[in-house]
Amino acid sequence: MKKIIIIAIATLALLGSLLLAAPAKKMIQVKGSDTMVNLVQILTEEYMGKTPGAAIAVLGGGSGTGITGLINQTCDIANSSREWKPKEIDQAWEKGIKPRFFITAVDGLSIVINEKNPIEQLTVAQVGALYRGEVKNWKAFGGSVKAVSLYGRQSNSGTYVFMQEFVLGNKNYSADMKEMNGNAQIIESILQDEGAVGYVGVGYLYDQTGNIRKGLKIIKISKEPNGTGYLPTDKAAVDSGNYPISRPLYMATNGKPKADVAQFLAWICGPEGQAIVEREGFFTIGADHKAQNDKNLK
Amino acid sequence: MKKRKWANLKESAIRAFFLTCGILAVLVLVGIFATLLATAVPAFKEIRLSEFLLKKNWDPTSPEKAEYGLLSMIVSTLMVTGGALLLAVPIGIGVAAYLSDVAHWRVREIVKPVVEILAGIPSVVVGFLGIVLFGPAIAKIFHTGNGLNAVNGSVLLAIMALPTIISISEDSLNAVPSAYNEASLALGASRWQTLFRVKVPAALSGIIAACMLGMGRAIGETMTVLMVTGNARAFPHGFLSSVRTMTANIAIELGEVPYYTTHYYALFAIGLVLFVMTFIVNLAADVILHKYQEREQ
Repeated sequence: MKKIIIIAIATLALLGSLLLAAPAKKMIQVKGSDTMVNLVQILTEEYMGKTPGAAIAVLGGGSGTGITGLINQTCDIANSSREWKPKEIDQAWEKGIKPRFFITAVDGLSIVINEKNPIEQLTVAQVGALYRGEVKNWKAFGGSVKAVSLYGRQSNSGTYVFMQEFVLGNKNYSADMKEMNGNAQIIESILQDEGAVGYVGVGYLYDQTGNIRKGLKIIKISKEPNGTGYLPTDKAAVDSGNYPISRPLYMATNGKPKADVAQFLAWICGPEGQAIVEREGFFTIGADHKAQNDKNLK
Repeated sequence: MKKRKWANLKESAIRAFFLTCGILAVLVLVGIFATLLATAVPAFKEIRLSEFLLKKNWDPTSPEKAEYGLLSMIVSTLMVTGGALLLAVPIGIGVAAYLSDVAHWRVREIVKPVVEILAGIPSVVVGFLGIVLFGPAIAKIFHTGNGLNAVNGSVLLAIMALPTIISISEDSLNAVPSAYNEASLALGASRWQTLFRVKVPAALSGIIAACMLGMGRAIGETMTVLMVTGNARAFPHGFLSSVRTMTANIAIELGEVPYYTTHYYALFAIGLVLFVMTFIVNLAADVILHKYQEREQ
């Protein structure tokens, strides 16, 4: 009898606590690009520190996952390091989602190798040949006789899709490319593998102190075979287009963003947010990006 | 009279509860299979079964031509599982034999719980160990540039299958009647001969069941292989090449595939293939056990 009473009281207490608990504050869900995830997490932390009552949750999963999330309405903001494909926009409209895009940072896609590799510069076409699997040994580019070890992302990654479109000319990747889970894993693998080459967002090149990771070498990219090669860490080259593989980083919402989301986005595109973008190794948005963002906020 | 009725009612209620539980188990299994089948079949409207099972290239999001060839991944899964069993079965049966026959009871008191704890390590943690510890070690031993290959996957899966194999094999060895043991020793056999020629054959059904369960664990493991095998799409050239298992592929692609497209159905078809593989393994185990038991009688 005593046992039954105790169990009954415990169950009632549990149910009571669940029912009477204050309704959870509605969090803004941000999902998507692995390239942007660290940056957006830091932006979110600083924003929440400055704005009482703000509640934002940031997840990764790759640009593809973020885009699918916005279409299936499981998130409020979708981060993507690539543009939406026409098929995705069609799908969104079919489901009643009207995606609106905000450019919140600019990235210089960096081609990195192990520092023991003597190669210094490559053209975009040569990088494409590497990743299509047409070049299997570094000696073809004047390096040492070492097999090329390709590292890349998986098909849910915006960087994977961007790279495929702009560097590989919309051809298939080499079937020998190792598909890693994120930018960080690519960097760690390259540090250990002397024949490695990988592509990462420029923010991932730096360590905690703001220096380039020890053991990593960034390849200069040129457009023409004997042209000047530029580094992705060179803001002037990225802004002017001299660095050929730079890209805007997008955040998408469903239609006009709600008040709290709009406030967050405006803060990111404003001076405080952009200062953090710069601090994290990425590049600030230009004036025309800003103008477009302002238009989309209305 | 009333007390009798109440007791009978209680009996029937408890019996009904157990019956429900049993039926629920069957229903869940049938339900999973039915869902997999129903969601996988639409894939084959667009993909020919021969292409699915025999072509080597899996690239549904390719800008050139979407390909749905599963063969490379089937072979990769079998390689990694086979490698894991090659390591885990001898070691597992060895440890089981050690624990049941050779070890001092104090050693047993320590080793047995440690093995159980090994079973509880999350697969992500094992994967992490693979990247940080085994990867560089494999790269050094085999002189490859990196440790992201099938060997790494096999080693980690062996670690995960070992506790299952050890526990169940040890239980079966212990279940062999001591009369067998004593009779063998009385007839002049050494301890090794007793173990190898009397105890193990007597416990063989349990040992095979243990290995099959270990194999099932290895085939179905996702996170660990996703982290350490490199996930390259190419058909494996050997154990030192980067491979992509079916489980890792589903984990990679399911997050961002648009629902109800051919790609989506194709992923469920892969799930169906995995289900069928595990089913065949279990069926084979059953047949072997029955044949063996028949022979005994």
